[in-house]
Amino acid sequence: MEKILSRPKALKDNPLSYCPGCGHGIIHRLIAESIDELGIREKTIAVAPVGCAVFAYDYFNFDTTEAPHGRPPAVATGIKRTNPDKIVFTYQGDGDLAAIGTAETIHCANRGENITVIFVNNANYGMTGGQMAPTTLIGQVTETTPFGRDPLREGYPIKVSELLANLQGTKYIERVTVFNAPHIIKAKKAIKKAFQNQVEGKGYSFIEVISHCPVDWGKTPLESVKWVEDVFLKTFPLGVIKDETK
Amino acid sequence: MKTYNEIIIAGFGGQGVLLAGNILAQSAMEEGLNTTWFPSYGAEMRGGTANSTVIISDDEIGSPIAFNPSGLIALNALSLDKFLPRMSENAVIIANSSIINEDDYKNKNIIFIPISEIADKEIGNIRAANMVAVGALIKALNVPALDNVLNAVKNAFAKKEGLSELNIKAVKAGYDYKI
Amino acid sequence: MSKHLIKGNIALCEGAITAGLSAYFGYPITPQNEVPAYMSNKMVKMGRVFIQAESELSAANMVMGAYATGKRAMTSSSSPGISLKQEAISYLAGMEVPGVIVNVQRGGPGLGNISGSQSDYFQATKGGGHGDYHTIVFAPNSAQEMYEMAYDSFDIAEKYRTPVMILSDGIIGQMMEPVEFNRQEKKEFEKKSWALDGCAGREPRSLQSLLMKDGALEQHNIDLQKKYEEIKKNEVKYDIYEAEDAEIIIVAYGISSRIAKNALKLARQQGIKAGMIRPKTLWPFPYEIINKHAGQGVKFLTVELSMGQMVEDVKLAVNGKSPVEFIGRAGGGVITVQAVLNKITELKK
Repeated sequence: MEKILSRPKALKDNPLSYCPGCGHGIIHRLIAESIDELGIREKTIAVAPVGCAVFAYDYFNFDTTEAPHGRPPAVATGIKRTNPDKIVFTYQGDGDLAAIGTAETIHCANRGENITVIFVNNANYGMTGGQMAPTTLIGQVTETTPFGRDPLREGYPIKVSELLANLQGTKYIERVTVFNAPHIIKAKKAIKKAFQNQVEGKGYSFIEVISHCPVDWGKTPLESVKWVEDVFLKTFPLGVIKDETK
Repeated sequence: MKTYNEIIIAGFGGQGVLLAGNILAQSAMEEGLNTTWFPSYGAEMRGGTANSTVIISDDEIGSPIAFNPSGLIALNALSLDKFLPRMSENAVIIANSSIINEDDYKNKNIIFIPISEIADKEIGNIRAANMVAVGALIKALNVPALDNVLNAVKNAFAKKEGLSELNIKAVKAGYDYKI
Repeated sequence: MSKHLIKGNIALCEGAITAGLSAYFGYPITPQNEVPAYMSNKMVKMGRVFIQAESELSAANMVMGAYATGKRAMTSSSSPGISLKQEAISYLAGMEVPGVIVNVQRGGPGLGNISGSQSDYFQATKGGGHGDYHTIVFAPNSAQEMYEMAYDSFDIAEKYRTPVMILSDGIIGQMMEPVEFNRQEKKEFEKKSWALDGCAGREPRSLQSLLMKDGALEQHNIDLQKKYEEIKKNEVKYDIYEAEDAEIIIVAYGISSRIAKNALKLARQQGIKAGMIRPKTLWPFPYEIINKHAGQGVKFLTVELSMGQMVEDVKLAVNGKSPVEFIGRAGGGVITVQAVLNKITELKK
């Protein structure tokens, strides 16, 4: 019998510790497949965040470092500038990238570092038990917005992709999601392109992945998929937001 | 210790007090002496006075800050007022009489020289006032040697056409000024 | 060898560059601004990396990134900026990644002022960031030592895979002195067994301080302490001056050691037997040599530009065998030679 699907080489044979129904596992796989297909595993250095993906080095089968909360863009800058021949990416959640690491995110993008950023937006702080994130939707109930996010009290969800698209340093920005197969295929294409750009020296690529977090959202996996489609994507519409790589 | 001098050079920002100090330290180094140079810096330099401190010694130098200054160049009255009370007995104090009123400092042991006028009229560039003052100071202190100072000036302005000659002339004018 | 009349801050740059610095990451703050300015020119001209970061946090984390790959990297700042770098310093210690961090101290606490000071001793030597760790701390007292210690700090940081701090001050940083460039330019570096340089032909590596498995973090801390003991054994550095017959031994580092030395020379002229022990490393601290000199008939005087920080370590070193006195000034105030001399004379009585 022919084997048509196997674990990508860029993923270790370790069980993921993510919650049931979580989107991180899918995103890890898309990254691993892209890296395998581009043949860059042996020169990839990843920067893991503080948040749910903090254990990324247990899953990715290439060199990985941790970084303090929010600082992956700075750490990645240090790596890439001293090793321009390596492929460097950060994998960050919404709290890491858009709250505590806002300055690092914006300035790394603005310098146009030739790196790839995978931004997992699941509208809450998953690791710490589901608190409000900078991307939490208006009205969304979290552990720290028990009455729903009220813009008067908590401000508005930050649309990081649109924000970064205004910076001249950014070259490719796309928002994708992974709640069903067609979207996963599109997400894979975007992620692969973001790595391809780096290989070709085209500059800063940023992929925002709208992901689902059933456990912290207090929903079943099915409900959370539906919530992504019906609610989440209304605030964070999908598509290519900027592409200056052509 | 045969040689030990703590020198303060003070004036308005832009009067070249940092460079004057640098020239003194550089020439002391060339003379084989130990030397330190310490500037006023940062917000201290916005408005008011700027200064630099040069210590010249034939022994190891401790503090680069002058606690007992034996030489002062005061290019404006503000600087003279600030540092006069801190000077040691018998200190060499050179003051710029072009813009400081001598009558305000009666009975004080100050060498008044029209430094700015000499720079402007004799040398043809008022910005060379700092070098006129350096010339007068080394004459009075007897250290560093004129040749070493002229050499340091030459090196400092090596990349700027004409400025080297002009500043050498300025140092000499200060050195030769009859007190 | 010819001498160069340069500022301590520039000497520091030259030392680091000669040691093969790959990348410098900085942020403006007085009185260390000469460092990023000089690096922005020379490093770029040499084809090396210079970045003016968006913050001290970023600059320190860029050092982490560069050094995670084994490339020599450095950041510098002054006191308030160093507080921000503590996050990265704690991570470097935990991840066992080398790094060189320079503090050209100014007066504190808070924004303080821009005058030279020595009030970050506790922060530098007792941790600074969170967790059970130490940073190796060099204390230069001249432009020459800024050059030499900058050069040496990279080897030490890599030998022990730990962050090294150069604890300077605004006066040493700003002053010019003749400096001899007496170190060989370093061009070749051995491959590092821990560096992230791509997993070609080997298993992937990871650098991490997060250890969640039962007992793993405790074991990590035990291992770190073993390393720190090794550092204490090997890396203590100090200068000793006329301490053999001294009745009064001054302990001072950095700029205050120079002021104190002037005072003790004057005291000797007055017939007072004064000497000095000058720590060149503040951590590890020269406890042993200080203790060896303590005993009946000997008094210690600690001189600092602070309200008294290192004096606590001197007391620990002396361990009750001699009285330990302190004199210092804070907030950018500079202690005078006369004040130190007066104190020596008072102790003699």
